[in-house]
Amino acid sequence: MNDFTRRTALKGAGATLGAAAFAHAMAPLTEWTKDLSLDEFLQRHYKELTPEEMQVILRRLEEETKREYGRDVTIQDLPPQEGVSFGYALNLSVCIGCRKCAEACHQENNHDRRSGNSYIRVLEMEQGSLDLERGNADYDHAVPAPGKYYLPVQCHQCDNAPCVKVCPVQATWKEQDGVVVVDYNWCIGCRYCEAACPYHARRFNWTKPEVPAEEINPDQGYLSNRIRPQGVVEKCTFCLHRTRAGRLPACLEACPTGARVFGNLLDPKSPIRWVLENKRVFVLKEELGTRPRFFYFFDK
Amino acid sequence: MAATRHVLDYPRFLGRLLWMSTDGSWRFYTWMTVLTAICLVGANAWARQLVEGMALTGMSDHVSWGLYVANFTFGVGLAAGAVMMVIPAYLYHDHEMHDVTLVGELLAVAAIALSLLFIVVDMGHPERAWHLIPGVGRFNWPVSMLTWDVVVLNGYLLLNLHICGYLLYMRFLGRKPRKRWYLPFVFLSIFWAVSIHSVTAFLYSGLGGRPFWNSALLAPRFIASAFITGPAFVILLLQVIRRFTGLPIGEGPQRTLTSVMRVTVLLNLFMLGSEVFTAFYTGGAHAGPVRYLFFGLHGHHALVPWIWTAVACNVASAVLLHLPASRRRVTVLNVACVLAFVGVWIEKGMGLIIPGFVPSTLHEMVEYVPTVTEWKITAGIWAFGLMLLTVAVKVALPVLSGQLAAQAAQAENPSQEEEQRAAA
Ligand code: SF4
Ligand code: SF4
Repeated sequence: MNDFTRRTALKGAGATLGAAAFAHAMAPLTEWTKDLSLDEFLQRHYKELTPEEMQVILRRLEEETKREYGRDVTIQDLPPQEGVSFGYALNLSVCIGCRKCAEACHQENNHDRRSGNSYIRVLEMEQGSLDLERGNADYDHAVPAPGKYYLPVQCHQCDNAPCVKVCPVQATWKEQDGVVVVDYNWCIGCRYCEAACPYHARRFNWTKPEVPAEEINPDQGYLSNRIRPQGVVEKCTFCLHRTRAGRLPACLEACPTGARVFGNLLDPKSPIRWVLENKRVFVLKEELGTRPRFFYFFDK
Repeated sequence: MAATRHVLDYPRFLGRLLWMSTDGSWRFYTWMTVLTAICLVGANAWARQLVEGMALTGMSDHVSWGLYVANFTFGVGLAAGAVMMVIPAYLYHDHEMHDVTLVGELLAVAAIALSLLFIVVDMGHPERAWHLIPGVGRFNWPVSMLTWDVVVLNGYLLLNLHICGYLLYMRFLGRKPRKRWYLPFVFLSIFWAVSIHSVTAFLYSGLGGRPFWNSALLAPRFIASAFITGPAFVILLLQVIRRFTGLPIGEGPQRTLTSVMRVTVLLNLFMLGSEVFTAFYTGGAHAGPVRYLFFGLHGHHALVPWIWTAVACNVASAVLLHLPASRRRVTVLNVACVLAFVGVWIEKGMGLIIPGFVPSTLHEMVEYVPTVTEWKITAGIWAFGLMLLTVAVKVALPVLSGQLAAQAAQAENPSQEEEQRAAA
């Protein structure tokens, strides 16, 4: 019996010690739970929210931005417009690879400043080849360089999007106007979509984004350029906070050569329709069957 | 009537097991203390990763999966392979195997737990895991292969918990297990074992944008290597059990498992060779990742030492297993098992996941090297898995050998139990 009680006491001591050590090991978590509100934790999927609930969430997110980033912003949730389906085309003959579009994206979409993130990558390609393997995204010299042409790549808003298919929780889906969006408050951060996208269009928030207050773009959308939480995936949304309000994407406005053409595919008089009808356009990796809404063409 | 009794008795049985699991020799305590320490280091690293973000890992937007997913994949294979021993036991009525199938099932349980943990630590928002619960969250089934994996892995876990729990409980009560309460589940688990690793392979092979994974051979390769690591681990485990518990385990199971491995090591090498041939002979985009893996590409070589270590291990284990000495000398067999285990861990881990991302979909070369944080978390999860296995095997064996039975439990006489163990 003596042995029994001693053993019990020892086990008790061991368990206490173990629990204490465990608590100590997990101590950093207190900071994490501080940032996590119950409302946020219990928030339902975008498509299940009533308009009133959405308003409450938008105000909460605005307050959070004010508190954490020190800037007054307006976060809206603009719905897709009836009879609008977006398409984008890019003239490879005039693109000079200046990366102004990538820079504009960086600012418009409140990207993390340290990583210099952007949804657009511009590849420097060799004349006479469409082989991406011979492209280079890290060029650092005066452009356009002789013998080269430039291929900007961003999300193609695929109609048969592998990223949407693979998401285990439907945190990413295609909207009526063709834009593929992410609910940053629903994404579990598994990055399966990032593995599935054939165009390197998705980005993960490896840290909490850092943007100085004065550089923050205050015109924000719930599904687009609001400052993303750490640990979720994001992507190009054709600037839906602008385009759904009748404006053009930031990358298009920034392009000095007019290489970019954006518009409503359902409107026969739109410039994008003119390009599709009069130019010989192509899409990247057509053989994968992703059916992109982003087209390329050469003038000459 | 009887059912209500079980409602009370079964938890009591589990409680008894739990209490027993903390008894043991100083060797046991040392082993568990070391594992606990490693676990805690891992837990601390994970807590920091949650706070500071996944930037603490070596992953990037180019290589968005790394060591965690590599270990997850390997763990699923181990779980599938562990049930391998059930096949000869039940399909071919190999009676000697019957006694050790339970060990395989316990290993499967531990390996699944380990795999699930590797997924949890890979998530940016693990607290949102409830989004995966069908009906409550938005479970994208059947379209997303990942949801299939969630279903089959959890199903497999429950299946094996049921089989182990039921068989042990019956032994504990001193009753003969009723066939209809476990046999259908055993057969189901064989089928299910194949499914967990196939579905895990489909996770990768279904991605058209990743030529390295987009191969129909991936699932068969996964199965073949599962039937290497499972038996290899069990062969070693049985020896450990025999050594420390004195449980009489015959040579039969070891022989059966070794002959399984003799086939699967060759099969695995053959399929690897086929993949390599297809990639290099075709050339073009398909060859990029394979060239990067084996020889390096455009001056990037991070994976080359890994894969050649794996190839060396796999070839060496294949040779050793086919030497007559592996039949006579158990050391030779053990070395072969360890080599096979390590070889597959690399080949179906880092060697499988990373080349899927390098070169990237836009053919950029960004390499991946795991960070200290990743190694700590990985070690922590493996330590946790080993702890789980140790405890499970430790409590299961006395029940199996009849040392712990319902009568003894009622007598509540621990010192007698002590004596028994000392005698054993
Ligand atoms: S380009 Fe990539 S991220 Fe965009 S819709 Fe297609 S698969 Fe999805
Ligand atoms: S990272 Fe987010 S959006 Fe992408 S697949 Fe996972 S849950 Fe879906």
